[in-house]
Amino acid sequence: MTQPHTLTEPTAITDSAPRKKRIALVASKGTLDQAYPPLILASTAVSLGWEAGIYFTFYGLDILHVDRFEKLKVASLANPAGPIQLPNALGAIPGATAAATRVMRKWMRNSRMPTIPEFIDMNRDLGVRFFACATTMGVMGVTEDDLIPGADIAGAAAFLDYAADADVTLFI
Amino acid sequence: MSTDKLIDRHDVSDNPMEDLDCSGLLCPLPVYKAAIVLGRLHHGDLLRLITTDPGALEDVPAMARQRGDRLVSVSVADGHQTFILEKGSLQ
Repeated sequence: MTQPHTLTEPTAITDSAPRKKRIALVASKGTLDQAYPPLILASTAVSLGWEAGIYFTFYGLDILHVDRFEKLKVASLANPAGPIQLPNALGAIPGATAAATRVMRKWMRNSRMPTIPEFIDMNRDLGVRFFACATTMGVMGVTEDDLIPGADIAGAAAFLDYAADADVTLFI
Repeated sequence: MSTDKLIDRHDVSDNPMEDLDCSGLLCPLPVYKAAIVLGRLHHGDLLRLITTDPGALEDVPAMARQRGDRLVSVSVADGHQTFILEKGSLQ
């Protein structure tokens, strides 16, 4: 029996690049202190040769918000490990959150750590994928124009599709 | 394992060497900056990385493992860590 020629040709397999590891992060908090960890982990992952994606949801979406990401704050109330440690009765007074935020900014500046907008730029330049939670946008009235360029508006299914192929997944 | 043994195992003394001083920088900056330099080196080229972050003693070997680069030597003196890395072929 003669086989058609096309069936006897070896299959060309040229895509032999090893699969990259992947980290999928959820950034759910919008305070200055909690904005750093996902951006540090994602930029490090790409530096290690991995792929990285961050799903910004609920208050975490402020990290992508053009009017808010330079103004993230640290809570002075109910934050016993914060930059200024106040009893809750004092942590609630006007100006206490601003004072705690100033102290943390100073810590970061003195340690030569990048600001949140600088970290966003670093991550974007490295190719970190940014997912903006579509439900958060709808609930909080955030539009695409409110977000830094390059964020993919997506829901939970899209993030899980990305995270299903991840080696490390963390919720922050 | 001593630094001498590591170097004897694979002589890299003639390979081109770049320097990167990350003194005073904290995680993730030493790894971030080292990866940028390693990214433009060729397989077999060397990077001499200087750090002061105590975490770098764990971070830099981990970076080398994950990226497929080779940590040739580590030395610690006067609060500075000096790493010699050989660029691998993966990244």
